[in-house]
Amino acid sequence: MTEAYELHSGETHIEVHKFFPGAIVLVTAVALVIQASAPVYFPKLRIFDLPLLVTIYFGLSRRNPSTGLLLGTVIGLSQDALSGPTVPLGFYGIAKTLVGYLASSIGARLDTEHPAARFALTFGFFVLQQGILVLVRRLLLAQPEPWFNVHLAIAAAVNALLGTVLFAGFDRLRRR
Amino acid sequence: MRLGTFDRISDIRYQEAEQSLECALTCRKETRPSRLRVRKKSFEQKMVGIPSRHKSLALLGGVLLAQVLLLAVQIKRDSRGRLIRVWAVTAVTPFERMGAWGIGKVRGVWTHYFALQSTSRENEALRIENDALKLTIAQLQTRAAEADRLATLLSFKQSHENVPMLGARVIAASAGTASRTIEIDRGERDGIRRDMAVITPDGAVGKVIEAFRDSAQVLLLTDQYGGAGAMIVDSRVQGPVGGTGEPTLVMKYIPTEEEVKVGEKLVTSGMDKIFPRDIPVGTIVEVKAGNPFKLVRVQPAAKLDRLETVIVLLTQTPVEFKKEAEAANSVPSGPAAVVKP
Repeated sequence: MTEAYELHSGETHIEVHKFFPGAIVLVTAVALVIQASAPVYFPKLRIFDLPLLVTIYFGLSRRNPSTGLLLGTVIGLSQDALSGPTVPLGFYGIAKTLVGYLASSIGARLDTEHPAARFALTFGFFVLQQGILVLVRRLLLAQPEPWFNVHLAIAAAVNALLGTVLFAGFDRLRRR
Repeated sequence: MRLGTFDRISDIRYQEAEQSLECALTCRKETRPSRLRVRKKSFEQKMVGIPSRHKSLALLGGVLLAQVLLLAVQIKRDSRGRLIRVWAVTAVTPFERMGAWGIGKVRGVWTHYFALQSTSRENEALRIENDALKLTIAQLQTRAAEADRLATLLSFKQSHENVPMLGARVIAASAGTASRTIEIDRGERDGIRRDMAVITPDGAVGKVIEAFRDSAQVLLLTDQYGGAGAMIVDSRVQGPVGGTGEPTLVMKYIPTEEEVKVGEKLVTSGMDKIFPRDIPVGTIVEVKAGNPFKLVRVQPAAKLDRLETVIVLLTQTPVEFKKEAEAANSVPSGPAAVVKP
């Protein structure tokens, strides 16, 4: 069984990676559990968004928009479900669906294996997710929310940094 | 021999034809599937390659829409209920409004253009009813005016209880223009006698010239033989007032040196032994210098050309007319005064 495919687009060669069975489910579950439980003991960890990082990574790696958006939907809805009654189902779901779709689409066109590219993409996707969340809050929930602030910029940078490190670890789950 | 040769040639041609037929058949068999394969391949390329991208976009749209709807079902606005309900109502309202507008228009067209069959009949019935109502209103107005007059007479009579008087209805007027008389529905049987004074609450009217059993004739002041003794209220200048056959009266024998002004009031003087004193006669509307007497025209206080009810005084006891006289003075009824030196 082949472990990796190559998409030929002109002269560029982009690999479509496959992972060990259950790896995606396991990583997603662990990320959700940590995201839900860690801030209870370490409130400052609330700045991280592990489900987003997982969505971005598998979206970039799988490079299939349908798979990416469905994975984002599942992760986002799970995060909504674990976020308590104040967060309606679909709040994170919409944002992560779009992030998953865009990550897969971008991953199918660019080489996203370089750490710098991963840092930039993660930073951008974090900002995009925040923008979507603010939009949903303003339009649907009628809640005033600032579009951008320093805390958001710091959170984006921190998550991008963590993502760059984590993605290197996730690469070990790929089939060779 | 010839025949054998012919047969061989025929055989050869037959074989060639058979071969060409076989070739044609096999070629067809070979070429047809290959064309189909090419077409199928290109079709598959089109069907698989292009829709896969659309498929993911459609999937993205569907998943996002489902989640937005999911959010809308959960979100509850304070005063307007759940967001999904707000959206549903907002989406449906324009169509409902359009529908209501359309139905209203159709109904209006039907009501105003097609369902007018009964309107004509209804219009005719309303017109008849309107005419009947107009007639009723006119009758009621007449009765109301009559009631007002009678009320005035009654009030006048009640305010002069010590003076014997009798109310009478005017039932006829003079047949020609040569005389100015009226006929009333009271006569000798009611106590009316010749030369009794006839008045209205506005002022002097005339005197009874003929009393019959159930009616009487009254000579108005404006008749050329009618008249009464009068005096000017302010200056107390006295003189007879008589008719000339015109609507106005003439005060006679006023010396030139007497100062008489337009607008002054005249009352009866009681010197004629018919009218008691102080009954309003009229208002001076014109004063002309003359020699040796002035010509003084007087507008009668009573509306002599529109009499319907009158009062016959059964005595010559003076009647207090001050209030009525003042009321009459407040509304001058004569034409504009013309003073000629």
